[in-house]
Amino acid sequence: MDLIPTASQTVGPFFHLGCTTNHSISCIASPTASGERVRLTCRVLDGVGVAVDDAMIEIWQADSDGNYSHPADPRVQKCDPGCGGFGRLPTDLNGMCVFETIRPGRVPAADGRLQAPHLNVCVFGRGIMKGLQTRAYFAGDQANDECPILALVPEERRATLMARSDPGKPGDWYFDVRLCGQGETVFFDI
Amino acid sequence: MPYRRHDSNTQPRSLYPPYRATTERAPRQPLIFLPHTLSEITGPVYGHNQVLEADRDLTRGHPGEPLGERIIVTGRVLDDGGCPLRRTLVEIWQANSAGRYYHQKDDHPAPLDPNFTGAGRALTDLDGRYEFITIKPGAYPWRNHENAWRPAHIHFSLLGPAFTARLVTQMYFPGDPLFPHDPMLQSIPDEEARRRLVSKLDLDATRPEWALAYRFDIVLRGCEATPFEE
Repeated sequence: MDLIPTASQTVGPFFHLGCTTNHSISCIASPTASGERVRLTCRVLDGVGVAVDDAMIEIWQADSDGNYSHPADPRVQKCDPGCGGFGRLPTDLNGMCVFETIRPGRVPAADGRLQAPHLNVCVFGRGIMKGLQTRAYFAGDQANDECPILALVPEERRATLMARSDPGKPGDWYFDVRLCGQGETVFFDI
Repeated sequence: MPYRRHDSNTQPRSLYPPYRATTERAPRQPLIFLPHTLSEITGPVYGHNQVLEADRDLTRGHPGEPLGERIIVTGRVLDDGGCPLRRTLVEIWQANSAGRYYHQKDDHPAPLDPNFTGAGRALTDLDGRYEFITIKPGAYPWRNHENAWRPAHIHFSLLGPAFTARLVTQMYFPGDPLFPHDPMLQSIPDEEARRRLVSKLDLDATRPEWALAYRFDIVLRGCEATPFEE
């Protein structure tokens, strides 16, 4: 049988009711999870730089060894039970939300080459007809230079995929998503 | 194992000016093709321990019964190879029968119903089937353009088996005269794909003397070669 997937529609402005009022997750990896702690502040901006206060961000990531808590990962049995890997939050009035997690390990690409540590990020919102898929990498990570997925992105746009650290606040990282216009974030066709 | 990709005309245009908010929020640069890695073909297995049987009945959990037309919303969740997706989380939210959301940002001057919040969740069974009991939502105005009204709809969110298969959509009711005037529905170029977002009256699932049933089957992307489960 060959079926066509159901069409996507926007989450609209009232998704909180079904998705985040009772079912948000800010803690992607518990304090007991192994790995370098990361406090990731995401911010969503629209085409004219206005903070998007009605977006929902979902994050999916591997544990500190690069294992996903999912049966399609052959190393799922080794996955750190402290790292569920999933986060989901609505943005606030400043277009921001904060996730508690760890820096993930490196995950192999289809050809076996290792990708750089990254979080898979999906942005939903009013005016967004289909969830926008992007990735947050860690600025300054040496593995970025050899990531086969980053290599697919034109060099001048790679910076849009980088979370940036704050030298004054160890563990704090900031990831801006610009939906369109100047400095538009790279989104992927997955 | 990569997930299948499909004709983009069966999905909405991301930039669709008749839906005004897309003009400030839709990316202008082309999406970058990402060959699937473990990051895409895995995804959250979430909610399984928290979903209660009562969560699928939106007419319960309040002091009284909500106003409006009680309905059953049921269907199956399948992958694009036709295999049922078992134990997958389905989350829904909707306006009440007067077309008002229980949400602080909804200022439509229609009454709130103290007996209706409008959120539910369920896991599909071994046949991929889900069922909700709820109230038929009302149409409501939304200021997108002069005299803009949304057709009655229920929002659906499915995590599916992988981050690639994640779907958020809306289910509509058959015969709604607002369809041709709704930019959200019309943003999907393919007419059949639009039609598939419209539920069907399902007399077999109807409970006589109690509630009409509407059927809404949902298809998520599947693997290029779907392994047979269990």
